[in-house]
Amino acid sequence: MSGLEIIFLVVAAVTLSAAFMVVTTPNLVHGALWLVLTLFGVAATFVLLNAAFLAVVQVVVYIGAIAILMIFAIMLTRKVMQDSGPQTNANWIVAALLGLVLFVGIAQLLRKSSAVGMMMPAMDGAADPVVQLGEVLVSPNAYVLPFEVASVLLLAAMIGAIVVAWKK
Amino acid sequence: MGDPINLISQWFNDLLLGWGLGEKLVAVLSLFVGAAILVTASLLTVVVLIWVERKIAGRLQDRIGPNRAGPFGLLQPIADIIKIFTKEITTPDGADKVAFNIAPVLAMASVLLIWAVIPMAATVVGSDINVGVLYIVAVGSLGIVAILMAGWSSNNKFALLGAFRAVAQMVSYEVPMVLTLLIPVLLARSMGINDIVQAQSTWFIVIAPLAGLIFLITSMAEVGRAPFDLIEAESEIVAGFHVEYSGMAFGMFYVSEFLHVWTIGALIATLFLGGWRGPGAETWPILGLFYFYIKTFVGYFLITWIRLSLPRVRIDQLLSFNWKFLTPLTLVILVVTAIVDKALSMAGAARWLYVLVMLAANVLVGWGTMLVLKTVEPNRPGRVRQEFPPRPVAVAPEAADN
Repeated sequence: MSGLEIIFLVVAAVTLSAAFMVVTTPNLVHGALWLVLTLFGVAATFVLLNAAFLAVVQVVVYIGAIAILMIFAIMLTRKVMQDSGPQTNANWIVAALLGLVLFVGIAQLLRKSSAVGMMMPAMDGAADPVVQLGEVLVSPNAYVLPFEVASVLLLAAMIGAIVVAWKK
Repeated sequence: MGDPINLISQWFNDLLLGWGLGEKLVAVLSLFVGAAILVTASLLTVVVLIWVERKIAGRLQDRIGPNRAGPFGLLQPIADIIKIFTKEITTPDGADKVAFNIAPVLAMASVLLIWAVIPMAATVVGSDINVGVLYIVAVGSLGIVAILMAGWSSNNKFALLGAFRAVAQMVSYEVPMVLTLLIPVLLARSMGINDIVQAQSTWFIVIAPLAGLIFLITSMAEVGRAPFDLIEAESEIVAGFHVEYSGMAFGMFYVSEFLHVWTIGALIATLFLGGWRGPGAETWPILGLFYFYIKTFVGYFLITWIRLSLPRVRIDQLLSFNWKFLTPLTLVILVVTAIVDKALSMAGAARWLYVLVMLAANVLVGWGTMLVLKTVEPNRPGRVRQEFPPRPVAVAPEAADN
């Protein structure tokens, strides 16, 4: 086993066990902190794939913005220091079934995908991958339309937030 | 001769190889040793910085500052360190023990991690990654998580209030900070920090002075130093998020704050003051280290000076300053910089013309901002809006109530 494989296994184990802790820990803030570790593990996986940009964006967006806002919102709820109350309600069987179906479905799709078992293609050493990514995002032959649609979606969400918060 | 640091690292590698270790193992080992030296050097800098800061504070407040232990009080930080190490680290009852004890480590780590990408000389850089600027932003957000953990796990109302203030402030000021960081990236056509330094044949503070100023202001807010020190306002919430910490656990927050200020100085030096660039720095990299430290100290001194001169702002002032002033200004200056830069590059303007036009664009935007502020802002100094008419004291109470 190469060093990279060992590191990948460690990162994957940490990510998965942290993800497991997110859903099993009774304390909401603990859950959010475990979520931070999970997202960090995903970023580490991106680093192992030589996708430095994605790794850093993962940390900036998911830990720097989303996880922090979640912790902030949780901390504003009452009695956050107490781990009381049951963790499940009457719907847990349905939820577990749905989760299982979703997992099997995604696993089936991935199994049929041609990317499974492929070796990682070698990087084009000459060009900066960040520059390539940037060019692809704004090039009309590639992803400019999805990129712009996502931007408009975010803009709409932002305007929506302002409208909601607007003083009547 | 001009590059002793790489000379030593080369000697160290050869030594390990001579002991019969594998080549890969040696590479990994020397990376670890390099990281350990970098971290230790950064932490030792803080020992000096605490003395420097207290001396500057003393002089600015017409005092002498530390002067008892050693010549010029130079041994004062050593005495303080010995004292803080002998103190007990207490964990309060009802605190969340794991989160409580991880938080100071995380706070320290989030600052130390930034040093991994800062080039200190032409040949001395921890890791020259191609997303350096974004990496700095990402690592900074770990510091916010640390503050949240500290504030929440202490099980103390003041600590929680401090953490709320800290997060509200840091998340808000991150917006203009990230936008200003885009300007050096745009001018250098790269996110790698060393590329940004290489591109500064003219320092970016000349080409983009407004961006430099906004970066200085927003990063001061990120550290939470006066005038933005609401997160540990002594007169309101005792000490904020680290109120329950004692001994070296408090010491780690304290040291990480000092180191953060020094790191901001290093970032200002690297992104706007040309980093290690200076006469002879290419051929003699050790000179680059010298220039880098001088420039870093300039940034550090500026922040300390501002901290000691200005009073604390109110929370509403803090937030409206960010959202109604800094963020729109940063957006404007970003778009203006992008357009002018593209136009000049396409026209193939000479370097001196490029610099002049960029500088003029910045001055124009700054001047325009001042004009707009004068017409729009009703609360400008000297013309305070009266919410309530003054109430005379010596009248009957029922007459004064209407």
